[in-house]
Amino acid sequence: MSAVVDEHDHDHHADDHHDHGPDKGLLRWVITTNHKDIGTLYLLFALTMFFVGGSMAMVIRAELFEPGLQFVDPAFFNSMTTMHALVMVFGAVMPAFVGLANWQIPLMIGATDMALPRMNNMSFWMLVAGVLLLASTLFMEGGAPNGGWTLYPPLVLQPITVGKALPFAIFSVHLLGISSIMGAINIIATIFNMRAPAMKLMDMPLFVWTWLITAFLLIAVMPVFAGAVTMLLTDKFFHTSFFNAAGGGDPVLYEHIFWFFGHPEVYIMILPTFGVASTIIPVFARKPLFGYASMVWATASIAFLSFIVWAHHMFTVGMPIAGELYFMYATMIIAVPTGVKVFNWTATMWKGAMTFETPMLFSISFVVLFTLGGFTGLMMSIAPSDFQYHDTYFIVAHFHYTLVPASIFILMAAGYFWLPKWTGHMYNEKIGQLHFWLSVISVNILFFPQHFLGLAGMPRRIPDYAVQFADWNMISSVGGFIFGASQLLFLYIVIDTIRGGTGEKVSDEVWEDAGKHGLEWTLPSPVPYHTWTTPPLTVPTEHVLDSH
Amino acid sequence: MSTNSTYYIPHKATWPVVGTVGLMIMLAGFANYLNGSSVGQPMMIVGLLTFITMLVGWFSLQAKESESGMYNHEVGISYRHGMMWFIFSEIVFFAVFFGTLWYTRNLSVPWLGEGATKELLWPAFDATWPTNGPGKVGGDFEPMGAWGLPFLNTLLLLTSGVTCTWAHHGLLAKNRDQLIKGLIATVALGFLFVCFQAIEYHEAYTEMGLTLGSGVYGSTFFMLTGFHGFHVCVGAIILSVVLFRSTKGHFSPENHFAFEAAAWYWHFVDVVWLGLFIFVYLM
Repeated sequence: MSAVVDEHDHDHHADDHHDHGPDKGLLRWVITTNHKDIGTLYLLFALTMFFVGGSMAMVIRAELFEPGLQFVDPAFFNSMTTMHALVMVFGAVMPAFVGLANWQIPLMIGATDMALPRMNNMSFWMLVAGVLLLASTLFMEGGAPNGGWTLYPPLVLQPITVGKALPFAIFSVHLLGISSIMGAINIIATIFNMRAPAMKLMDMPLFVWTWLITAFLLIAVMPVFAGAVTMLLTDKFFHTSFFNAAGGGDPVLYEHIFWFFGHPEVYIMILPTFGVASTIIPVFARKPLFGYASMVWATASIAFLSFIVWAHHMFTVGMPIAGELYFMYATMIIAVPTGVKVFNWTATMWKGAMTFETPMLFSISFVVLFTLGGFTGLMMSIAPSDFQYHDTYFIVAHFHYTLVPASIFILMAAGYFWLPKWTGHMYNEKIGQLHFWLSVISVNILFFPQHFLGLAGMPRRIPDYAVQFADWNMISSVGGFIFGASQLLFLYIVIDTIRGGTGEKVSDEVWEDAGKHGLEWTLPSPVPYHTWTTPPLTVPTEHVLDSH
Repeated sequence: MSTNSTYYIPHKATWPVVGTVGLMIMLAGFANYLNGSSVGQPMMIVGLLTFITMLVGWFSLQAKESESGMYNHEVGISYRHGMMWFIFSEIVFFAVFFGTLWYTRNLSVPWLGEGATKELLWPAFDATWPTNGPGKVGGDFEPMGAWGLPFLNTLLLLTSGVTCTWAHHGLLAKNRDQLIKGLIATVALGFLFVCFQAIEYHEAYTEMGLTLGSGVYGSTFFMLTGFHGFHVCVGAIILSVVLFRSTKGHFSPENHFAFEAAAWYWHFVDVVWLGLFIFVYLM
């Protein structure tokens, strides 16, 4: 045994004392291997990128406030839509969930840290490197990539959309892919190898389950995206013909490969969302989660189905009729396990002794608004109807409903839910509720009218539009500005809570009876720098009561 | 009682950041190079050297820690999970290119030779494989046969899989001589494979007119075999490190994760080659 290994003789974890707490100075954050430090880095980075990507969305909504060209030239507008998507997906939502995983998984399964701490550090810095490469294109001749986040050839290979940005964007995808794969491998190794002996797989909190399944999705699809963009690179710079019909290739092949990655990718952003919602709702409903086992199976089913439905993104590209029908029906099946989840959350709340603190408010609005986004998804799965919806604002409305009032809202909920545990300080509930109500109202003003715009035929990724679309666009932009401004409240609350919050000292459980729901609430608040150096002997099974 | 306190948690990791910075400089340099900038190549070299420094430093550290007994059984399991899922991600990466080959041969090339595409665009195009497409991109070429160097290379890699396993048996039986001899044979066969592949590529470029730019046949051929060849190089380098450590007396029948990981990787590279031999060369 080495000198570096944590040594202590306490049998009880509550007052773990360690010789080495965090290092002093900024270098601590660069070379840290502590899962809580790395989780914090991920979360703060994601929050920063949320505002960077959000600013781009503000540019988009400002330009679309009125018909005609107002503020930016069309190429820059298209750069904004492209970069907004890439930054939000790869810089904000995914890293935020990896941050939550880093903080919570070891606490929830009784592990002392992540299984591979050095690689954990590297996966964070690879993320930063990838985003830096991507962001650098904003300042290049020709501007940032503007062919859409899907990077479809031949558009993205044409000089006007390439500029100097394309190779940087491609290598950025490689780095982000390496980062995600390392993060996912670490999560799988941690969950399989570091669980407290008392915790069986079917005792694990839903958040841990959903992340385990998400990690498999990541390992299975990030290399696919890497392969696809590698072929873009060689087609552009090394004379290959993968996507060039004259050479025997096919640009549609890129779409198939991209969406074989892209569809599981959207579930990579939503499955951990489900996990957090399944963690928060039981605590504030003061009931065990309804249908624990069915939640696990539904998550696994959604993950499996995500691999066999990709071409529903390509109904209009030209496919044999059998292909259209297969992808249509396969897609519709996803509604079944998703419905199981929505009913389970509802049943968890049914006759519960509910209270409505900010995390619960965000979670309930998630259940309602995600369902709405899911229903529009079901509409689009109908191939003949999709010919009308394809590439219109209806699509934009759909996926923003599944990402903003779903993934983003649940990330906010997670922040309110766990920040008191992490910092030992209570956030300001009044400002939290104000943040919630402003967000939930403005997000609907922002995105709901986009359904009407799309059904009326307004195309996406266009800086100008016909006058008939003017009213709803103006309303949508107003909603967008209110939503964007409201998020500054969240920034304020995060900083305020870290610095002391209301000054109220929170208990170990933080939320009433939370200790029945998860191991993390049996640790002290704030959580010590090192936890579970001795694994817990028993694990709470409140959350799995229904399955036993 | 089971305890987590013997699970080694390293502190103050400096190599990950060094490696990340190196990789980022290298890729930014490559991107600049592709854009025709003169800073590209120097950046690539600096980045690559930084990255190699990280590899040497990090792996030396791991070897030192492993030999001083800092990794218990559970740490070993974590490493095995890591390697296993890393290889899985590599399999997926190769699957993309195999999938591309399948799609091209069975769907996109036949589509180019039928229906309106044939009547209106390229009436003279005969949709057979191998092809460089209706535009005859890259000019006339001769496809690569299977029974010359590629078949020899198949035998080389299969034999190297056997010598690798033979070395593993030597390690388990505490027969260091067998371990070292087995590894020397494996590494030698691996590098011989790479040499033969270099000769094959040279012939393709100079005598057969077959290049990366020879339409979709050249693209898939060189992309698949090229990425595989790169992986053989990496695998042979990893095995060389394992060989070097074996001569230093590292590894015991109970504790030899590095050997196992290298062997797994080698077998993975071997299996990919069998796929290549069947789908790229034979069919």
